[in-house]
Amino acid sequence: MIELLLPPLLAGLAVATVAGPMGALVVWRRMAFFGDTLAHGALLGAAFALAADISLYPAVVLMCLCLALVLVALQQQRQLANDTLLGMVAHTTLALGIIAISLQPEVRVDLFAFLFGDLLSVSFADVAWLWCGAVLILAILVFSWRRLLSITVDEDLAQVEGVSVTGTRILLMLLLALLIAGAIRTVGVLLITSLLVIPAASARRLSHTPEQMAVLASIFGIFAVIGGLVLSWFADTPVGPSVVVAAAAIFILTLARKKA
Amino acid sequence: MSQPLVALRDVNLQLGGTHVLQHIDLQLHKARITTLIGPNGAGKTSLAKVVLGLHTPSSGTLTRKPGLKIGYMPQRLRIDDSLPLTVDRFLWLADPAHKNERRAALERVDVAELQFKPVQQLSGGEWQRVLLARALLRKADLLVLDEPAQGVDVIGQNALYGLLAEVRDEMHCGILLISHDLHLVMAATDEVICLQHHVCCSGTPEAVSKDPAFHDMFGGAQIPAANLALYTHDHDHAHDLHGNVDADGNHIHGDHCGHHHD
Repeated sequence: MIELLLPPLLAGLAVATVAGPMGALVVWRRMAFFGDTLAHGALLGAAFALAADISLYPAVVLMCLCLALVLVALQQQRQLANDTLLGMVAHTTLALGIIAISLQPEVRVDLFAFLFGDLLSVSFADVAWLWCGAVLILAILVFSWRRLLSITVDEDLAQVEGVSVTGTRILLMLLLALLIAGAIRTVGVLLITSLLVIPAASARRLSHTPEQMAVLASIFGIFAVIGGLVLSWFADTPVGPSVVVAAAAIFILTLARKKA
Repeated sequence: MSQPLVALRDVNLQLGGTHVLQHIDLQLHKARITTLIGPNGAGKTSLAKVVLGLHTPSSGTLTRKPGLKIGYMPQRLRIDDSLPLTVDRFLWLADPAHKNERRAALERVDVAELQFKPVQQLSGGEWQRVLLARALLRKADLLVLDEPAQGVDVIGQNALYGLLAEVRDEMHCGILLISHDLHLVMAATDEVICLQHHVCCSGTPEAVSKDPAFHDMFGGAQIPAANLALYTHDHDHAHDLHGNVDADGNHIHGDHCGHHHD
């Protein structure tokens, strides 16, 4: 049992640990829908990777970044609201991704695994890659934390005080793209937003400082992954959705506590 | 006079087809308070944003003293409720100095008790003090304040302007103040600039208040000289944060009394 469960557990923990602080930033900056849109676009990246027969992760990261830049460009116009744009782009890229995959009949792909994750199929090699990525993202987060937090508090104030606002925003998008690429195999593109947002939302009530909230979100994410795997093992439920349900259960439990 | 902190020469700014700023010449010097006044929509905030580097002039030159550190006090920061942030943590963002220095900066502006309060619970006047503490902590050479008195009552405004004059004398920093109220600001100011897309008139508060252009701008609003004189010495008594004069209006001569008028 342990050989079977160890790789998924380690992979899930890597994603959850990074999703804590990243999710906190997503919640503070009201980027939940933005992250969701990138995740939908990730599927298109995966389709391109299959078509061009290149490695999955670089293609997904690249696609997320292109999409982020397109979104920033689209947001310059004022006629359509942000959520309209995001909804449009998210579902167009998702549709394109599914069409692109279906146009390649010689490639047998489990679409379901991309959409909802396939944590149980990860190998030890995947785990090693995921942890490399996780350590990289965490290191960059620690190093850039004050910048990231400064632009979150107020972009004008940050810029006057010498923080490169555009650079920091692009950095945040890059980190988000990296995380989504890693998470695509674990919880899947449709559920990654929940792993970003739910643990961070659960941590909010119990935190007095941004750092507390980031760390607590990681811890809740880790509990959610363990809880989801246990649920999946004993009730034979799909893993990705089980993790999300576990995260939601943790959120409901935190509601019982008085607001910090 | 020494090299100006910021110098604007013939600066023009076009925003979305509107010629917001026209041929602006402006110099900000250390240890001087410059106040920008003018009606709503006159381009005061745009001019401040040019000085701050948030807007790039369409033409003209902007020179800053090398290594200039600016402290910016926007009217009020709106921080999302989802971000758990205490005043202490907010100050840490400006400068990760030791906690005691953050406390000292808050004590200097008389709000030490706010150190561990969530920023979402600050009142308008408290925000201004915290932002001022942040600028002090960074040892800014130039403070830019956008309508600092909005949402603060008259006596509280007066206390704030008194505090600014003290900061100018202690830190020798230049201060650029934006306001649309007249006499209160005039008292604590070294130079007044009346803006209506271009500079209508400028000079000392006394000179500007007698300038016909100034009276035209405000539709003949009268500023009696006696009123000006009254406010000029108004920060001789101690105020608490909300501007209440301590001890039933008796003038308490604090330790800063009389230091700030040369």
